[in-house]
Amino acid sequence: MHCSLDLDSVHRKGSAEVLRVEDLRVEFCLPDEDILVLAGIDLAAMAGQIVGIVGESGSGKTVTALSIARLLAPPGRIASGRVLFLGQDLLGLDAAQMRSIRGSQISMIFQNPRASLNPVFSVGKMLKEVLKVHSGLQGRAATIRAKELLADVGLPDPDSVLKRYAHQLSGGMAQRAMIALALSSSPALLLADEPTTALDVTIQHQIIQLLLRLRQEHNLTQIVITHNFGVIAELCDRVAVMYAGSILEEAPVAKIFDSPGHPYTRGLLAARARVGRHTEIENIPGQVPELKNRPDGCPFHPRCAHARDICRVKVPRLEQTAPGHHIACHRWQELA
Amino acid sequence: MSPLLEVSGLYKHYPIRSGLLRYRNLVAADNVSLTLQAGETLALVGESGSGKSTVGRCILRLEEPTAGSVLLDGKDISELSEPEVRALRPQMQMVYQEPLESLNPRHKVGNLVAEPLLLHRIVGKAEIPARVSELFHMVGLGKEHIDRYAHTLSGGQQQRVGIARALATRPKLLILDEPTSALDVSVEAQILNLLQDLQQQMQLAYLFISHDLAVVSMLADRVAVMYLGQIVESGPTASVLASHYHPYTQALVLATPINHPRQRKQRIVLEGEPISPIEPPQTCRLVPRCPYAQSICSEQPANLVEVTPHRATRCIRFANEHQAGRWTP
Amino acid sequence: MIGPQEQIVPGLTALARWCRRNPVTAFGFFIILGLGVLGLLAPLIAPYDPYALNPREKMQPPSWDHLFGTGIFGEDIFSRVLYGIRIDFGIGLGAVAFGLIAGSSVGVIAGYYGGRIDEVLMRLMDIVAAFPGFILAMAIAGVLGPSIPNLIIAIAFVNVPVYARLSRSRFLVIRESLYALAARGVGASDFRILTWHLLPNSLAPIFVQSTLQCGWAILDAAGLSFIGLGVHLPTPEWGVMIGLGAPRIIAGQWWISFFPGLAIAITVMGFNLIGDGLQDLLDPRRW
Repeated sequence: MHCSLDLDSVHRKGSAEVLRVEDLRVEFCLPDEDILVLAGIDLAAMAGQIVGIVGESGSGKTVTALSIARLLAPPGRIASGRVLFLGQDLLGLDAAQMRSIRGSQISMIFQNPRASLNPVFSVGKMLKEVLKVHSGLQGRAATIRAKELLADVGLPDPDSVLKRYAHQLSGGMAQRAMIALALSSSPALLLADEPTTALDVTIQHQIIQLLLRLRQEHNLTQIVITHNFGVIAELCDRVAVMYAGSILEEAPVAKIFDSPGHPYTRGLLAARARVGRHTEIENIPGQVPELKNRPDGCPFHPRCAHARDICRVKVPRLEQTAPGHHIACHRWQELA
Repeated sequence: MSPLLEVSGLYKHYPIRSGLLRYRNLVAADNVSLTLQAGETLALVGESGSGKSTVGRCILRLEEPTAGSVLLDGKDISELSEPEVRALRPQMQMVYQEPLESLNPRHKVGNLVAEPLLLHRIVGKAEIPARVSELFHMVGLGKEHIDRYAHTLSGGQQQRVGIARALATRPKLLILDEPTSALDVSVEAQILNLLQDLQQQMQLAYLFISHDLAVVSMLADRVAVMYLGQIVESGPTASVLASHYHPYTQALVLATPINHPRQRKQRIVLEGEPISPIEPPQTCRLVPRCPYAQSICSEQPANLVEVTPHRATRCIRFANEHQAGRWTP
Repeated sequence: MIGPQEQIVPGLTALARWCRRNPVTAFGFFIILGLGVLGLLAPLIAPYDPYALNPREKMQPPSWDHLFGTGIFGEDIFSRVLYGIRIDFGIGLGAVAFGLIAGSSVGVIAGYYGGRIDEVLMRLMDIVAAFPGFILAMAIAGVLGPSIPNLIIAIAFVNVPVYARLSRSRFLVIRESLYALAARGVGASDFRILTWHLLPNSLAPIFVQSTLQCGWAILDAAGLSFIGLGVHLPTPEWGVMIGLGAPRIIAGQWWISFFPGLAIAITVMGFNLIGDGLQDLLDPRRW
């Protein structure tokens, strides 16, 4: 498998771009203050691309996904920006229009699959419900299609899985069932929020392979949110590195690993424990800032060894430093 | 040199109701034996349900082992009464996976760190505040953190408190139960470095429980891989990670996410999911998932065999065929 | 996060912020605190002696001289309602305190030790709880004879199973908590875990319940007094006062019963509002 973009593959609706997020700003409206949790996010995904968003807790990666799907619950509020899905601005749609898009063209899977499956319905019942709404399939036809979907996501013995409830599935099986549900409406975009974090490594590997296969076989565009660079390395075409509500670097996956431009990206990559290395690992000093204490200027400056005066006052813009490579750092040229 | 810790034939069964009056045993630890020298790190590696945490808790007598002996400094602690175990607690401590849940939300973290000092009369009452500040300093926390409640600290700071509390009594043995798996990447590195420094300063022995081979390879001298309650392979870390004597170890290594997208390639990792831990067979438990399984694997009991010096495996095929140089996974 | 310079008054600032966020609960606090202050200051505020009878001014409707009117012996209802706060709050709080101590002791022992002890204690509680509460309180008060201490005992006894069950279920949960295990790990004894680690964490729901229970206890006390099994005349207790005025409502002299009744309603509402909001207030993670 290679890492270059899969742009030659069939594009949906004639457009190469499935998702474009422009200057997305999200606030949490708390009684005492409004907290800016996304400070202007730009993101794009072409058809068949797997775009990774990597970041630590509180970086705003989950909020980004929820905002794209318009699933953000109060006190969260989208303050401004555009979310263009197949050319259409989702932020302009009313709730009913959004529901129909969310059910059919955008699907989402979550970190804790067992908790995201409804405990009182069997897998079969949930699948057939979605199939009825979106494809008008009923009765035997729906059952057959449901079994196909379960087999497609690699669940052995679909007949028995159809009858099971969430608590009767292992974590890996539940995540597969969740993916089958997400696929049942043949979506154009899959938002995966930490899809493998709660799973064991051998099961994580299986789910990664499944997501790769879905891209290959269905040209499914995916936004994958994770804190794990290993998952990024296995799965993604492009990567956005998020920190404290901003994207600090965005590039093709090989670029991120070969020539990370932002000090935070470099720090994160160096901080990983790796098989076969015994020495102390370099680490990033300090703590991830809390949302309400977002630093002025560059959000990373309090932890950055290269910070200068300008970094403390001026927010760096995400600028193109090489074709397809964007960095938000005042000093990227000096540090390169 | 006699080992600091010597566990032999440790079993832990949980009775599970399977009928009106019928109970069946969930086997969490099945004939686990291990040794640990002073100042050494042994990693117990496995996935959820492998029993690695249960083994840790049984050693500390936080759970009662069903059978087996645990020798600490040559003294069998599995037979001791509860007050006798309590008197030995200063020598063996634990750091937990979820730092927040392991710290009482209603007490200041300084008081939690002071608690073991107070309980075991490690220092006089008047010296406790000074010793607490010293412990906070040792784990990289400031005096300003002493009067805080756990939930106002970040995850990394909470885990530092957990470590300070464990070190308060100057233990010889620290059981680290996935101490970094709930932490952010940048913070995980800080904690791992801290643990390494502390080990050197205090000559601590670590039993390091983890599912992450990358972390294990950094910290551990020796490793024991567990699957469904049994140790399936053990040996020096570098040697085990370089050449696997058991298909499960191979699968764990292959499933560990790669470091660079260039390393992407199709790898055959285990299919399916582990079998039920309720009264599993004494033959190899990996058979349904193992790509190398043959009929012999489900016919003979799988025993842990030392095949080369310091290296043991539970794989029957390996034990039978390796010597003849015929097969490795 | 609370900075070091703010730590002197974190309670006050947090309380002010909390009040803004929970106006309904704050209102409940306001009611109960207000009533409490009125009760304490009754000797200063009350225009008349609550026990004074004035046959010349019998059954006067509310006026500037007698804010709540006068009763059948010419007693001043306003003064009696004010003094009634002392009596009724005293009975309510007393009954809850006794019920709380007895009930949570039973629950804690049952929850922590489990097994046969748990089985026996909880079946006993089931037996007590099987009787309708008010009827049981009537029977106990009837056997013990009418007096304030007996009234407190009767009401407290009925509430014991409530606290026992609540503290037991809470203990069953936190007994399994990781911090309890960690405490055992550093060498804490059963007794220390029970008192230093578990008890502070089990108090929140029990506190909430006891606040709610305070309102009901006052209602029960008034009810028992109303039917003559509680406090005697001439004690200014709200239930007795309602009982006195009840036959007069048909004759149009509504104020004799109305104002003590209103006092009970406001009190019960106040305690319930607090109880509903207290859950959040007592969670340390919110501060």
